[in-house]
Amino acid sequence: MSSMQPPEDFPEIRRLDPVLEPGHTYASVTDKIAAVVLTRPPSTGWIVGFALSFGLVMVLFVSLAWLIIKGVGIWGINIPIGWGFAIVNFVWWIGIGHAGTLISAILFLLNQKWRTSINRFAEAMTLFAVSCAGIFPLIHTGRPWMAYYMMPYPSTMGIWPQFRSPLIWDVFAVSTYATVSLLFWFIGLLPDLATLRDRAKNRVQQVIYGILSMGWRGSAHHWHRYQSAYLLLAGLATPLVLSVHTVVSFDFAVAIVPGWHTTIFPPYFVAGAIYSGFAMVLTLAIPLRKAYGLEDFITMRHLDNMAKVMLATGLIVAYGYAIEFFMAYYSGNKFDVFLATQRIHGPYSHFYFALILCNILTPQLLWFEKMRRNVAVLFVMSLVVNVGMWLERFVIVVISLTRDFMPSAWGRYSATFWDYSTFVGTIGLFVMLIFLFVRVLPAIAIAEMRELVAHQSESDEERS
Amino acid sequence: MTEHRSDIYGVMGEFLTPEEILHAATKAREAGYKYISAYTPFPVEGLAHAIGFPRTGVPLLTFIGGLGGALTGFGLQYWCSAITYPLNIGGRPLNSWPAFIPVTFELTILGAATFAVIGMLALNLLPQPYHPVFNVERFSHASTDRFFLCIESRDPKFQLADTARFLQTVRAHHVHEVSNAE
Repeated sequence: MSSMQPPEDFPEIRRLDPVLEPGHTYASVTDKIAAVVLTRPPSTGWIVGFALSFGLVMVLFVSLAWLIIKGVGIWGINIPIGWGFAIVNFVWWIGIGHAGTLISAILFLLNQKWRTSINRFAEAMTLFAVSCAGIFPLIHTGRPWMAYYMMPYPSTMGIWPQFRSPLIWDVFAVSTYATVSLLFWFIGLLPDLATLRDRAKNRVQQVIYGILSMGWRGSAHHWHRYQSAYLLLAGLATPLVLSVHTVVSFDFAVAIVPGWHTTIFPPYFVAGAIYSGFAMVLTLAIPLRKAYGLEDFITMRHLDNMAKVMLATGLIVAYGYAIEFFMAYYSGNKFDVFLATQRIHGPYSHFYFALILCNILTPQLLWFEKMRRNVAVLFVMSLVVNVGMWLERFVIVVISLTRDFMPSAWGRYSATFWDYSTFVGTIGLFVMLIFLFVRVLPAIAIAEMRELVAHQSESDEERS
Repeated sequence: MTEHRSDIYGVMGEFLTPEEILHAATKAREAGYKYISAYTPFPVEGLAHAIGFPRTGVPLLTFIGGLGGALTGFGLQYWCSAITYPLNIGGRPLNSWPAFIPVTFELTILGAATFAVIGMLALNLLPQPYHPVFNVERFSHASTDRFFLCIESRDPKFQLADTARFLQTVRAHHVHEVSNAE
């Protein structure tokens, strides 16, 4: 790392911020991260935040119960707009998850050391986002207790799922994604659980972390196989994460609905997913480092790099929007042209303009280093991008379905109270899980931080 | 083999840095010890090799898992769509393999990833809640900031006093006896 830095006597060459502030030892990184879980009592902020998000989870439960009692008629969906909020939210949540896998797998393969202090909670974010995402298609079926129909099981009726349908591909893609993310997260946690076991002072913690750590003792033989498995998992998760949002985009692209039937969807969905995911990582990282004093580990370098990834993926998304218009024009297909004009002039044009403002115009501020280094600006920007990406999915789902081929099939859509309460409820669930996570598991990968300390001391020796 | 006490698992040297333990491990191998194990708070490059552990079975298991997943995925879809419940839709082929690729791909990844993790744990003989090294009180530091090299008593060259002295000559900061009994 630091051996690539310009020598000290060239002050005019800007030096990169460190990934880890200097002066840390193996024990100090371990202490600082483990203390959040083991010794620190929950702060007032944590209790208030947890209580609020817990309240929202109750809102979710009420919404789901009412849905199961009354059926999907409590939502704003109708014919022809059968998808509505449920699918908008599903795509939004699953996209958010993608940054976690990108950080933990792709940046690992690219040997990007700065990923170390953010990968753990980014992976947790992935899991929780996928959990929230999974709720929506399930309840959107209308009869969630029949959801097992989607799995291939030998039934007395002798029928099987339709394997030629992207909706079934989605079932496999999302469930594989959830499983692999969980495995990846768990094996990353294994050495840290052992650290917590060894440092825990009370019996309950010792037993729980003891069971979870499976008796990990850091043997060189174990590490050898562990590293091999971790590398392989990273290699497997990389194509997986690309495939998941590709398959999600197939749900749209394989249909013939104007505005959906386009080949730009897979790459632009994947870019959008990473875009919103990095925005969510920033939304979580900025308060987390502040609340637990982790600024030494999640440095300005991390925030700066994440802002750059956001800027880059945001530009890919902008390119996607432009190509949609170009293809509508170039295809000469009157339905596509009509849909494109409906985005700008139709009844939902305010959503489209809000989307352009959030996703394309505002993030251009990230070109300026001053903005990328202003934590408050970054935080607001990450929220704006999250809103923008939600609007994008709304525009895709609702505008296309309300402006089908035949004017007789046109319609209007507006969400009801229960649509909003379910959506807000899943945000509550996500936030509550994050709150629990930072209290019971190390939010930063401790073993990897120690490795970083070792590398840092090596390169310090080289320089002196 | 003048003294062999069954209640002794081995002797363990404590080191402060990855370089120290790497040096000690290399010396121990040169001295002819075969049953050496090392415990470190993070993976130390070259250490597994230094104590004589060149290859792992994890990649092979992962490959088998991936292959199994691929065959299961494609086989399942082929069997459902072409054999057990064939549906003639406008004369289109029953074995419409391009449409079967996404599920085949997902199950390949699922199989490989599951085998990689479970294979790693199984080869490491985990979960294993009890191990004699945990009897050493200072061993709790192995997950924080200390590096331990253990020469096991089943080694033909192992002699309690000699081996302990050897660990001191390779600059162990402390030497601990690891007992088998709890």
